[in-house]
Amino acid sequence: MWQGGPVTTERRLLAGWGSTAPTAADVMSPASLDEVVKAVGDAPARGVLPRGLGRSYGDAAQNAGGLVVDLTGCTRVRRFDVEAGVIDVEAGLSLHTLMRQVLPFGWFVPVTPGTRYVTVGGAIGADIHGKNHHVEGTFAQHVRSIDLLLASGEVRTVTPDDDPDVFWATAGGMGLTGIVLAATIQLLPVETSLMSVDTERAANLDALLDRLATTDDRYRYSVAWIDLLARGARMGRSVITRGDHARLDQLPRRKRVEPFAFSPHPLASMPAGIVPPGLLNKATVAAFNELWYRKAPADKRGQLQSIAAFFHPLDLVDRWNRIYGRPGLVQYQFTVPYGAEDVVRTAVDRLSAAGSPAFLAVLKRFGAGNPGPLSFPSPGWTLALDLPTNMSGLARLLDDLDELVVGAGGRIYLAKDSRLRPELLPAMYPRLDEWRDVRSRLDPAGTFASDLSRRLDL
Amino acid sequence: MINALGSPQSLLLLGGTSEIGLALAHKLIADRCRRVVLAGRPSHRLDEAADELRAAGAQVDVVPFDAEDADSHPTVVEKAFVEDIDLAVVAFGVLGDQSEAERSGTHAVKIAATNYVGALSVTVPVSQAMQRQGHGAIVVLSSVAGERPRKANFVYGSSKAGLDAFATGLGDALQGTGVHVLVVRPGFVRTKMTAHLEPAPLSTTPEQVADAIVQGLRRRKETIWVPGAMRFVMSALRHVPRPLFRKLPV
Repeated sequence: MWQGGPVTTERRLLAGWGSTAPTAADVMSPASLDEVVKAVGDAPARGVLPRGLGRSYGDAAQNAGGLVVDLTGCTRVRRFDVEAGVIDVEAGLSLHTLMRQVLPFGWFVPVTPGTRYVTVGGAIGADIHGKNHHVEGTFAQHVRSIDLLLASGEVRTVTPDDDPDVFWATAGGMGLTGIVLAATIQLLPVETSLMSVDTERAANLDALLDRLATTDDRYRYSVAWIDLLARGARMGRSVITRGDHARLDQLPRRKRVEPFAFSPHPLASMPAGIVPPGLLNKATVAAFNELWYRKAPADKRGQLQSIAAFFHPLDLVDRWNRIYGRPGLVQYQFTVPYGAEDVVRTAVDRLSAAGSPAFLAVLKRFGAGNPGPLSFPSPGWTLALDLPTNMSGLARLLDDLDELVVGAGGRIYLAKDSRLRPELLPAMYPRLDEWRDVRSRLDPAGTFASDLSRRLDL
Repeated sequence: MINALGSPQSLLLLGGTSEIGLALAHKLIADRCRRVVLAGRPSHRLDEAADELRAAGAQVDVVPFDAEDADSHPTVVEKAFVEDIDLAVVAFGVLGDQSEAERSGTHAVKIAATNYVGALSVTVPVSQAMQRQGHGAIVVLSSVAGERPRKANFVYGSSKAGLDAFATGLGDALQGTGVHVLVVRPGFVRTKMTAHLEPAPLSTTPEQVADAIVQGLRRRKETIWVPGAMRFVMSALRHVPRPLFRKLPV
């Protein structure tokens, strides 16, 4: 037990969602923002880091030997302008709870990733994107202001207009510029809580790239799932799902009575320690992929789906990451500019040749980037995949892919990274020094630190 | 930091001229390891080893370290941990001369003082420093010789048995601290230390042991045997009755 001021801390082992490389930190769980401010005032030598729901795959929310401030207890809604759809919330509020609060009033979160269980603070720190990036950019682009706790102890209200340097260094800054205490978000108006979804299949990767490139602009949300185990002529076969929020007149009459119904619950929970080793192998994943591909309609238009089914299918199984067992998983997500389709092709080819037991491989197109020097998305393709860490040859395979990505002017996503060679970071993020300048101005003593920042020398 | 796939970025090699340790260091530098602290008795060989690691691309610090001088060990560890150490390898050890050790208590004690007492006195402060930093891995080079004493080298074997028991227990005690202990039990390794001996069956090389350690770290193993088949051989040998065991040509 370490007593840092009036708040109790507890030494705990923390890992990311991939369950790899756990490290121990003193964790405090403040009940109010005032307690957070006090804790940063007494920062220990190995620094402080905010943590939300721990959905970053790698080590972004770990601070070995230091202090970790668990913000999931700070979830107050401070102000909600129902007319304008502007909400001011504490940073620990999850997108799940936020959706539940605002949907009944006809509003939706502007951007959601593949899980609802991320906090607002984490969404800003990782500058998350969703299936609507090509139309609406990242989460931070819908944030009107943030209350940022600086290393000096000062709480500054930062807006993109008044303080663009600090705002955009914080968006995508992985919690290293300060602690986001609260944020004001512009919400998206919706008429219903359902999605109108078009599903189609693509027989191979070329068909997929072509299909997305020519028709993506017609949809607000767009994503493709790829069967990474399909080889030969079927390499890159995939299921494309795209859609938009359903209008009221698209709902059947009986559903119009309660158009904003939203009560998602996990269907099941993955218990700890029962997964037999080797459950995820080429045969089981190939069988799953075959089923997933076959069950998707070859071409279906205007299907009504719930928000949970369309955006967050993995949330249906609580703690689904446990299916990877003790060794855990790495998620590899990269982006390359338009014109570098060959890198996507080579990556899919090498991964399928390696027999990657990946049942989550997702391709999508990014739109314009934002001013954040460490923001991940920029115009081009992005491929994300989950891979079991015990897959043989994985380290070498991913190192080779990194080189291809850098060679094409692309980058990998820090919120998901757990294994990048630090030397490649400046080439992936050419504005890294600009970010470092802002950070050292805000935090000259390096009060904010994480395992990610140590590993990549951020 | 050690990454998700078990690759460390900094290494403390206790026993800076250990052939297994240096083979491991070269493999880790080829991956992502950038800082190496070589702790060993000052010598021409130690300087040469440091230069080779520098040529391979690492930043190398040399720290004088004498396994028998337990009082100096906290200072050695302090010097190494001026920055985080991701991986510490306890790689030093002496084979000694069995027949001399049977005749001379002084010689027997010298073997134990290096292999067992020295390892304890340096590994305890290493494990403390790693717990403070909240992460790290400790690799302890034990030996199959510690698994069942045989008359040909039971003094060396007993020192490794003590070390093995210590390292295994330490690994259990450090659960939940972010510090991982990997106990390595190689069979006969062909090195300078064993050059005068006839290689035993299933003998191995420093490179093979280093490869096995890299794999073991990647998979977060707690114990590995090198070669892997040694585990089954020793598991059988452990249960051979003593009257029979002492007649075996092992």
